[in-house]
Amino acid sequence: MRIKIAVKDLKKSFDTDRGSLQVVNGVSFDVTDGEFVAIVGPSGCGKSTLMSIIAGFDRPDTGSVTVDGASGMGPSSKGILISQHGSVFPWLTVQQNLMFGLNGHAPRDKEGIADHYAAIVGLKGFERSYPHELSGGMLKRVELARALVVKPEILYMDEPFSALDALMSLRMQKELLRILAVERHTVVLITHDVEEAIHLADRIFVLSTRPAQIQATFEVPFEHPRKLSSPEAQGIKDAILRELGV
Amino acid sequence: MTGSTAILKLKRTIPAVGVIATLIAVWWLIVRITHSAIFPTPWQVVTGTLELAANGTLWEDIAASLMRVAVGFLLAMSIAVPLGLWMGWVKGAFSTLNPIFQILRPISPIAWIPMAILWFGVGNASPIFLIFMASVFPMVVQTTAGVHTIEKRYLRAAENFGVSRSTLFRRVIIPAVLPQIIVGMRIGLGVAWLVVVAAEMIALRSGLGYLIIDSRNAGNRYDLVIGGMVIIGLIGLLLDGVMRLMEGLKIVRWRYAH
Repeated sequence: MRIKIAVKDLKKSFDTDRGSLQVVNGVSFDVTDGEFVAIVGPSGCGKSTLMSIIAGFDRPDTGSVTVDGASGMGPSSKGILISQHGSVFPWLTVQQNLMFGLNGHAPRDKEGIADHYAAIVGLKGFERSYPHELSGGMLKRVELARALVVKPEILYMDEPFSALDALMSLRMQKELLRILAVERHTVVLITHDVEEAIHLADRIFVLSTRPAQIQATFEVPFEHPRKLSSPEAQGIKDAILRELGV
Repeated sequence: MTGSTAILKLKRTIPAVGVIATLIAVWWLIVRITHSAIFPTPWQVVTGTLELAANGTLWEDIAASLMRVAVGFLLAMSIAVPLGLWMGWVKGAFSTLNPIFQILRPISPIAWIPMAILWFGVGNASPIFLIFMASVFPMVVQTTAGVHTIEKRYLRAAENFGVSRSTLFRRVIIPAVLPQIIVGMRIGLGVAWLVVVAAEMIALRSGLGYLIIDSRNAGNRYDLVIGGMVIIGLIGLLLDGVMRLMEGLKIVRWRYAH
């Protein structure tokens, strides 16, 4: 399998009042094309900083992130970041949000593409709504659809569903799998939800407490749709929780 | 609107109407008891104002004041909004211009009246200049603050999608700042209306401010003084109402929704 993302020995520290704080300490891993990897870790371990660097918004102190052989690239529509708090523009309608990243299309085509993806994520009929008229789950769908519209090769998801209630989170995980089955993206997911990781990912990296390092890697070789209640899945879950010290 | 909410709304306005009615009644009573020869009763104010409306001077004065406010305010807006956006976006512009604006801002526009007369004489240019000075600063400050408070996650998203500079401005920065611009416009227009009346009292031969000062000077017509004051208040309320309507626009409602 072709390597899509190569993360090599990332280190990052921040200056604080009490001196330098090491947040990421030598993280390396590869992601193959079309693979779904999840990174789980305790809260405050430096997950979001790591994601910021991988997605190109921050620079590491040392180490490199290489995407398709090119390193040190800034953010681009090749890989879209979906973050915990969301960044759907509240001043644009759903349709305008979805059209935001589209360049070089005729206006009519843009609307058509936007409405197509709105339908895919189940937002048909809400194209002209404003975000403040939508629920939290629907906002996530807008965010996801807006990312999919630009046909990114990679989705960077930083705790994308953690602000939703448990039921809605589960529903969105199912939706995501359904969409990924059609449009094969490479996905890097950061989460603190072990079950979510097992439900979605092909491989799971467990991070240590700060400064973050990869302390264990798990393969999740099950076919979708997965049953988390199966003994094998429970076995992986227990092993991951043991790594996390729970 | 259903019938019950209409009744509820009506009920809420009753105390406010009651206060105004009481005020008018007390005013009327005091004038009657003291047999004031110079202070008018509410009814005299109404008849005096109607007289002015009938012979047309009232409308001319209202039009003159509104025209000065409109020109001064629009001039200020056309400068303040681009300037505020620039100062908000470019750090160097902010650190260069903000100190001088912070010094000029607390100076009452009334203090500029001598300068205005010196530079622009006693024509329309003076009050327009004063209105400009009064409304330009609040609008610059609000617009700049608006740019500074754009949440980083939105700018990151824009960066992620790799949009052009013009799209960034049209689709992210301007709409993100628009609610603050409207707040600045509301403040600016409020101050402009305060200032036009003051300016007309001193330097001019027309307008609602002139109406008040002229009514007093030309034979102590206090009925017209009070009539003029009430009309100034009502027009001010109307202008603020128009600005409030803008806050209800769908494109800015997200900001005021909570």
